[in-house]
Amino acid sequence: MVHVFRALDDETRRLVLDELSVRDGQTLFEICSVLTMRHGLSLTRQAISQHLGVLESAGLVVTERRGRSKFHYFNPEPLAEITGRWPTRKRTEQ
Amino acid sequence: MRIALTSVFVDDQRAALTFYTEVLGFTKRRDIPLGDNFWLTVVSPESIDGPELLLEPSDHHAVKPYRDALVEDGIPLAQFAVDDLEAEHARLTSKGVVFTQSPTDVGTAVVAVFDDTCGNLIQLIEEKADKNHADAR
Repeated sequence: MVHVFRALDDETRRLVLDELSVRDGQTLFEICSVLTMRHGLSLTRQAISQHLGVLESAGLVVTERRGRSKFHYFNPEPLAEITGRWPTRKRTEQ
Repeated sequence: MRIALTSVFVDDQRAALTFYTEVLGFTKRRDIPLGDNFWLTVVSPESIDGPELLLEPSDHHAVKPYRDALVEDGIPLAQFAVDDLEAEHARLTSKGVVFTQSPTDVGTAVVAVFDDTCGNLIQLIEEKADKNHADAR
């Protein structure tokens, strides 16, 4: 769970998850171009690749090869563990 | 100085010619025997005297690792301009062309990336009508 919180503690990585939750299954090239063109981020491809590595090791992103290309998918399961541990509930007034 | 010719490496020149002419819709410009291979170029029918695309044999040993790494990350090797990307995407998909990136709005343009079946990814771009652009032309 520590990995998940660390992975989420970064605006670029949160934007990557935002974009993957809008359209799942993107190549590194697509993620880079969307971050640059839609969000005005001027990061190197290597930097974005490293961010994806952090998300992947936290289990928030999974990759799959289709043909000769590698696609990145958002995996929300680690987030479910968080809400499972601290479920939302209505506050009971004393 | 002008850009008269650029190239993509192709695994099989005849299969590439078929894809680039019959599927994409380019026109064959030159087809000259050259040892075991051919000097094989295509042009856009919209611009017969425009830049030629050389379909170059991919038999040099450096080509495979270079292209494999680019294709893995989804990086296209060439970009072709279209007037209506949604229509081209539908037309090519119906012909069995596989896209690694569906049409994506990137602000000033819509882009998509497909596999040319010869070893490369190719980007299509539809630039949005823009007053500044029109002035620049």
